[in-house]
Amino acid sequence: MAVPASASSSSSAAVQPDAPDAAHEPARARRWRLSRSRKLTAGLLIVGFFALLATVGAAFASGATTIGDDVLLAPSAGHWLGTTDTGQDVFKLLLLGSRGSLLIGVVAASAAVAVSTVIGVVGGYLGGAADEFLSLLTNVVLVLPGLPLVIMITDYVGNRSLLVIALVIAFTTWAAPARVLRSQVLSLRSRDYVAAAKVSGERTWRIMAFEILPNLIPIIASQFVFGLVLAILTDAGLAFLGLGNLDGRTWGSMLYFAQNGQALQLGAWWWFVPPGACIALVGTGLSLINFGLDELLNPRLRTWKGARS
Amino acid sequence: MTTLDVTGLVKEFNVGNAVRRDVLRAVDDVSFGLPPGRTVALVGASGSGKSTVARILARLETATSGTVTLDGAPAARRGAGLRAYRRQVQMVFQDPFSSLNPRHTVGYHLARPLRIHGHTRRGPEEEKAVHALLRRVSLTPVERVAAARPHELSGGQRQRVAIARALAPRPSVLLADEPVSMLDVSIRLEILHLIDRLKREDDLAVLYITHDLATARHFASEILVMNKGSIVERGPADDVILRPAHPYTRALADAAPDPLRPRTRTR
Amino acid sequence: MKPVLRIDGISVAYEAERATRAVRDVSLTVHRGEVLGLAGESGCGKSTLAYAMTRLLRPPGRITGGSVTHYAPDGATTDVLGLGGEELRRFRWERISMVFQGAMNALNPLLTVERQLTDTLHAHDAGGGRKERHARAAELLDLVGIDRKRMRAYPHELSGGMRQRVVIAMALALNPDVVVMDEPTTALDVLVQREILGEIDRLRELFGFAVVFITHDLSLLLEISDRIGIMYAGRLVELAPADELRAAPRHPYTVGLMSSFPSLRGERRSLRGIPGSPPDLSLPESGCAFAPRCPWAAQPCARGVPPLVSGAACVLHDPAIRPLGPPAELLAGTFPVPSVEGAR
Repeated sequence: MAVPASASSSSSAAVQPDAPDAAHEPARARRWRLSRSRKLTAGLLIVGFFALLATVGAAFASGATTIGDDVLLAPSAGHWLGTTDTGQDVFKLLLLGSRGSLLIGVVAASAAVAVSTVIGVVGGYLGGAADEFLSLLTNVVLVLPGLPLVIMITDYVGNRSLLVIALVIAFTTWAAPARVLRSQVLSLRSRDYVAAAKVSGERTWRIMAFEILPNLIPIIASQFVFGLVLAILTDAGLAFLGLGNLDGRTWGSMLYFAQNGQALQLGAWWWFVPPGACIALVGTGLSLINFGLDELLNPRLRTWKGARS
Repeated sequence: MTTLDVTGLVKEFNVGNAVRRDVLRAVDDVSFGLPPGRTVALVGASGSGKSTVARILARLETATSGTVTLDGAPAARRGAGLRAYRRQVQMVFQDPFSSLNPRHTVGYHLARPLRIHGHTRRGPEEEKAVHALLRRVSLTPVERVAAARPHELSGGQRQRVAIARALAPRPSVLLADEPVSMLDVSIRLEILHLIDRLKREDDLAVLYITHDLATARHFASEILVMNKGSIVERGPADDVILRPAHPYTRALADAAPDPLRPRTRTR
Repeated sequence: MKPVLRIDGISVAYEAERATRAVRDVSLTVHRGEVLGLAGESGCGKSTLAYAMTRLLRPPGRITGGSVTHYAPDGATTDVLGLGGEELRRFRWERISMVFQGAMNALNPLLTVERQLTDTLHAHDAGGGRKERHARAAELLDLVGIDRKRMRAYPHELSGGMRQRVVIAMALALNPDVVVMDEPTTALDVLVQREILGEIDRLRELFGFAVVFITHDLSLLLEISDRIGIMYAGRLVELAPADELRAAPRHPYTVGLMSSFPSLRGERRSLRGIPGSPPDLSLPESGCAFAPRCPWAAQPCARGVPPLVSGAACVLHDPAIRPLGPPAELLAGTFPVPSVEGAR
């Protein structure tokens, strides 16, 4: 499961604009500025909405898992998104699921990014035997098939709590970002400012932490966002296979139960469409953030309307 | 009496592969001395090995053989000895756009060497020292410059920061690797004059590495001409330029654009 | 002198968060077979001008005014900026071609030298099939002094100087009238630079194309050009035959530039270059852009942008403003610099 990388390249020696001078900004430049914000803004709005749902909304989800008598009801005033085959309110389950899914996403992505950063930077900067060993480790983990590995580990561990699932996902997804970071570090370590730091007498660990790492932040941020998407999707996949959290705390588990309960055959679309749509929307929102950030950081990726030389 | 002495310096790079062992002698038996308060120019085309010499002297590369002695003592390769060497021998890099970390302020760039070599500790004393360095290289107003990031400065200003950073440890030797070749023409002389002034004020031993014969002549007292790893000619600046003995030096001098040379084109 | 390319009032702007006017109302004429040097430092607009006149400008750059006219040998004129689609494609390499800055590194590392040349010929449908193109590619390599045997070589197998010759061969492939060269020898060492310049001169004598040679190295231009144009802050501030420029530069910036090149063999003079730095091109202009750095700046300099009159865009040469003529130092070609260094 490779995570695509977005490397930020330094801008060319073209004329660098400084502080904005609004009075002279022609209509074209203004139009571009709006479109730049659009992707990023859209992404932030979507993800922000779901984050809000996850933090605040889940408070309204009390009694989500309460089993009731009103089974498989279509959406109505009483139940905004209908009920499941055990009488649970789908809307409340959705709110609860948002917290679970996003939590897994954040924990898994954070852990993966932390591990991949340490391994990528140390291996990439030190080179030699350390790099050989860490690269070997990375490549082995990278090559291991993700899903079967996750299945095996969850089976073995037994515990299916959100935390464990998040850590397992992190374990299977740190390798690809590590490779990306390592290659970026390889390019950074030959920069003059690293040599200058050495000549100044800076210690090795400080060079890694304070000269190289700060310049990796754009890539780390983008890897983190992709990690979020991947984690949420992986969790959904796991749950769908019945290997995820069975307390019904994530969107993925909703899909599992829906499938188990024959929702598709029974035409109970309100049960599986909302969680699926939420997963898709969050994924889209996160990707938009990534693209928006990319354009922000690399002027050459910006799309222009009506180009003519 | 020289501060830095180089004897029989050799640097080989392995360029072969598993099938064929091959070495490239980038530096071939180079020897020279850097006296205090004087500028020695190392002149050569790209690929002549001059930058490799600088990197070896800056301890960024290790020589294959030969010795480097500082004040008579052999230069260390690691540990406390290396740090002591670094306090004495500093370098200004060629590219002002990549020798400063875009993520750090100017103040950070100057404070680090001050702190590493024990000249200051964090606090107002350090800030004063940073400002003093900036004033020495004529970068004012000092508070604003210290808080700026590299991309906010022009090429010339960045190079002044690089020079200030090199001065922070209070070195006795300054290695200037093509310090102005990436700067606009009209500001090059100013930067070279700055280095010259600092050399006089601090009695520095300066190694000026360049491919530009004209500035080598104007700022150095001695010129060493390098070609394909070895020094082919050396001597007082004017002698080497005006009365070159070696054919390579002669070719270099003839090929350099000279505004005073009569135009050869006929129209 | 017959004109081959006429640039009239060209202005170019880069539109980013705010507009930067990189080229401002530049007019000049390139004559058939001449070497026109364009000198200036970073940000003066010379490269942008080159891209504009060859229609190679890409967004966010945009030509905001002016015209470019091409004169064929038979007298037919073409409005270069008005060309579109197929006509533009034909025009671009057949009438005017370009050697870019760092061109030697712009060769496709995956294609052999031969392929790069034949691709160029093929793209312009220079007639003939594969064999003809192959033969023409070999001819071109001969022309620039590269052994035909190196045809199958990849760029990384050639030295910097040879790669630059290949790029020049590509620029000449279709026998253009004008070749624009943007810093073609800057990355080469001085010996190779001499060779390449000699090569260019020889080819020029042979084919009669004009060369627009763009570089920051004024001392080089003084040796090789017929005429030299000096650019500053997007404008052309001086335009004169090379001999005149060397003997008697008229614009203060030109004088300053000349005092940035210490002489190799002449007497040692105390030269200090020019204090200050070029202006921010995204801000509106007020008067002469060089005034803040000019040692002879006066009130009239702030009144408006001086027009390019009798070779120099400077009010100091205007008899209405200075009836007694320009300052003595300017005439003598000395650029006085205050003793305290500026922080540039």
